Amino acid sequence: MKMNRRRFILAGAVAGGGVLIGYSATRPTRHRRANAELVQGTERFVTSFIKIDPSNEVTIYVPHSEMGQGIHTALSMMAADELDADWEDINIEQAPAIDLFANGDLVKGFAGEFGVPNFLMGLVNVSAFAVAELMNLQTTGGSTSVRYTGDTAMRTAGAAAREMLITAAANRWNVPTTELTTELSHVHHNASGRSFSYGELAADAALLEPPEDPVLKDRSQFNIMGKAISRNDIPAKVDGSAMYGLDAHSEDMLYAAIKLAPVFGTRLVSVDASEALAQRGVERVVELEDSVAVVADNYWRAKKALELVNATFEESDNENISSADIAARFDRALAESNGSTDKEVGDAEAALENAADVIEANYRVPYLAHAAMEPMNCTVHIQGDRADMWTSTQDALSMRGRVASIAGLAEENVTFHQTYCGGGYGRRLPFNWNMIDHATLIAKEFDVPVKTVFSREDDMQQDYYRPAVHNNFKAAFDANNNVTAWHSRFTGPIQVPGASHIPYGIEHQSIRVVDGDTHVPIAAWRSVDHSQQTFFTESFMDEVAHRAGVNPYQMRMDLLQEHPRHRKVLEVAAEAAGYGQNLPAGHALGIAVQESFGSFVAEVAEVSMDADNQPIVHKVTCAIDCGWAVNPDTVEAQIESGIIFGLSAALYGEITLENGRVAQGNFPDYEMVRMATSPEIEVHIVESGEALGGLGEPATPPIAAAVTNAIYILTGQRVRELPIKNHDFSRSNPVAQV
Amino acid sequence: MATFKVNGVEHTLDVEADMPLLWAIRDELGMTGTKFGCGIASCGACTVHVNGNAIRSCVTPVSAVEGQEIITIEGLAVAVAGTNTSAPDLSAVQQAWIDHQIPQCGYCQSGMIMAVSSFLASNPSPTDAEIDAGITNVCRCGSYPRVRKAIRALATA
Repeated sequence: MKMNRRRFILAGAVAGGGVLIGYSATRPTRHRRANAELVQGTERFVTSFIKIDPSNEVTIYVPHSEMGQGIHTALSMMAADELDADWEDINIEQAPAIDLFANGDLVKGFAGEFGVPNFLMGLVNVSAFAVAELMNLQTTGGSTSVRYTGDTAMRTAGAAAREMLITAAANRWNVPTTELTTELSHVHHNASGRSFSYGELAADAALLEPPEDPVLKDRSQFNIMGKAISRNDIPAKVDGSAMYGLDAHSEDMLYAAIKLAPVFGTRLVSVDASEALAQRGVERVVELEDSVAVVADNYWRAKKALELVNATFEESDNENISSADIAARFDRALAESNGSTDKEVGDAEAALENAADVIEANYRVPYLAHAAMEPMNCTVHIQGDRADMWTSTQDALSMRGRVASIAGLAEENVTFHQTYCGGGYGRRLPFNWNMIDHATLIAKEFDVPVKTVFSREDDMQQDYYRPAVHNNFKAAFDANNNVTAWHSRFTGPIQVPGASHIPYGIEHQSIRVVDGDTHVPIAAWRSVDHSQQTFFTESFMDEVAHRAGVNPYQMRMDLLQEHPRHRKVLEVAAEAAGYGQNLPAGHALGIAVQESFGSFVAEVAEVSMDADNQPIVHKVTCAIDCGWAVNPDTVEAQIESGIIFGLSAALYGEITLENGRVAQGNFPDYEMVRMATSPEIEVHIVESGEALGGLGEPATPPIAAAVTNAIYILTGQRVRELPIKNHDFSRSNPVAQV
Repeated sequence: MATFKVNGVEHTLDVEADMPLLWAIRDELGMTGTKFGCGIASCGACTVHVNGNAIRSCVTPVSAVEGQEIITIEGLAVAVAGTNTSAPDLSAVQQAWIDHQIPQCGYCQSGMIMAVSSFLASNPSPTDAEIDAGITNVCRCGSYPRVRKAIRALATA
């Protein structure tokens, strides 16, 4: 069930004793605290996200991490537009990692939408989770920043501030507020020709009670939202001045290279570090419960010396586990257990028994690493009862809390230094603690800053992975080739509902999940369950269409009568891609659609096979309905990004286990789409005007099936297991496009 | 001892001959615009210019650049401007990166810009196939379509 978002906010206001989302704009204590704790001189916070100084410069504090999604700019656009601010005089700041700027309420918003906030909780038992801890987050994930923080908190803050500034001007002039207008960071009284800049009014406005329910603009009134505005973070990213966590630097800094237990969950038993300690620049060898680190005056020296450390880790049954064992375990679980309900509609078992025909297909995907370009790293400097820290993260506040707790310090005594984030994709969310903890424990041994750095191999072998998943399907047909039942049994866990997200109007559906736990740590990976379930669902739907002899596009349209937004994006993408029209010889189109994180995305992949029988993806045509576009250029960039991210996984991505440990180490083993393999991408934004949808993730899910559905037409081979690179297409037998 | 110039400034470092240039630049000189991505010359995040040619600094020992001129992302615009005192603050490639809104997380873009700058200097009007063969850097955010558009625009400018 999907809750109406605005109603949810109101419901939250009643249940929680304060407005759940956007309350920081309207709860009076927040901006007063900000004024008390954060301002210098005569500048004032009017609401907690917006600061106005007497020279009329407006600073917007964005409580989210900038990882390239453009949210610093997008969220500021939303606040500035409602404020009627002059965009030319806007400063954008990352909100500091202090509880004043926690965004834990957004997590609750997400939980309201999906039922469980597992997307960032990993495997933590949510019910046991203290509300206080839940609140102490500053999370960027779940494609939530614009649609939750932006559409509620930032816009509300801007609108509230504008009303407060108007009231302050009305009080000064002793005129009714209805006679006042705002434009470009000024309040005007047109009748008398008088004006105040916002800066002149800020001090008065900050003393006012923020309005409970400020009026937001209608889309026709937008001046800033909806425009392709250049991102504020880009200039620093072209001249080397943008700072990432790994760029923390000081003269006295030490560097740690670390070897974690190669088999997940095992402990360090013994260390012979005599040779390492004799190396140039090596300060110390630090032994931790599950790892050993060499600390030196240069990362390369630390890493080189680490290779000389002879470390023994405890033996574990997990050492005998390979990917084949895990696959066999999954198959056994699927054979032996009927699992627990994800979705049950009608009576699929009966429909299968009474069917004129049944098709079955077994799908599987491997573990995947996040492989952000910036390897995991964390710098901690502990001095007595306080500490400084630097790390690229999707949640600064919780990283601060974690370092404080591991170091045994009061949270407010830890200063988190903001940096840009060199890719996150879920790896840098809270609860993926494996190197924050280590960096803190290592730094405890020194009184200078210590930067702990994962090599690329560490980063790939000590990740929290997108789970490997199997999904076994059956579909039933009646005598007229109509699909009557959809039957899916897959291995869990469910991090966000994906399999049950199937929109198709099939009368009987039985979707159940069986235990898929292994010793391999897992976490959210860009688009979470949608990354695998959309591949499964959209591939098997293609099989159903081909079996029924119906064009796969038409089959989807027929079964989506109740879903106009799905239909619209399918229609737009198919038409733009020339679906059903003549293609260059040897080319085929595959299509897939998915709604995830509130956005509806259809993708059409144009594919051919090269001389070596490997697929070439020439072009991807995408249509997205994300409600409306705050910054259309950022929308396009996120679509391009999401498609290429998903395409890398579809073509090449697999993390396999050998002897309990990850077999892949660096990019040649875990290849990426590069310039030569990157398709042309055409994006069509469908503005339905519905509530905003997310953007960071929704373009990733459909691409794998779009490509493999095209490969089926080209080769007659149904790719039921990713990655595509493992398939031999040399015996191609093209299928006629129905 | 290793001696080389970085962005016009000569440095003499007391480091091992086999220390990769990347770590000499980052940890010894404290210049952080050049990034660590893979350590095996696969991703290109560490790309710098040595005598104008793009190289991957993570596998280039300092001994290989003894006495050479190294340009990093921080010095690119000045190096491109040369003796032109009225040159803009950014090189044409850097400006194109802003105009085409290319960087997302941006971590790989120092290397990407250095690679493209050197590539276009030797081949000002590349074909798509030449772009494919010449630019092999990894961008996990998938900025490739925009990089290609920017290169095409620079090639016809």
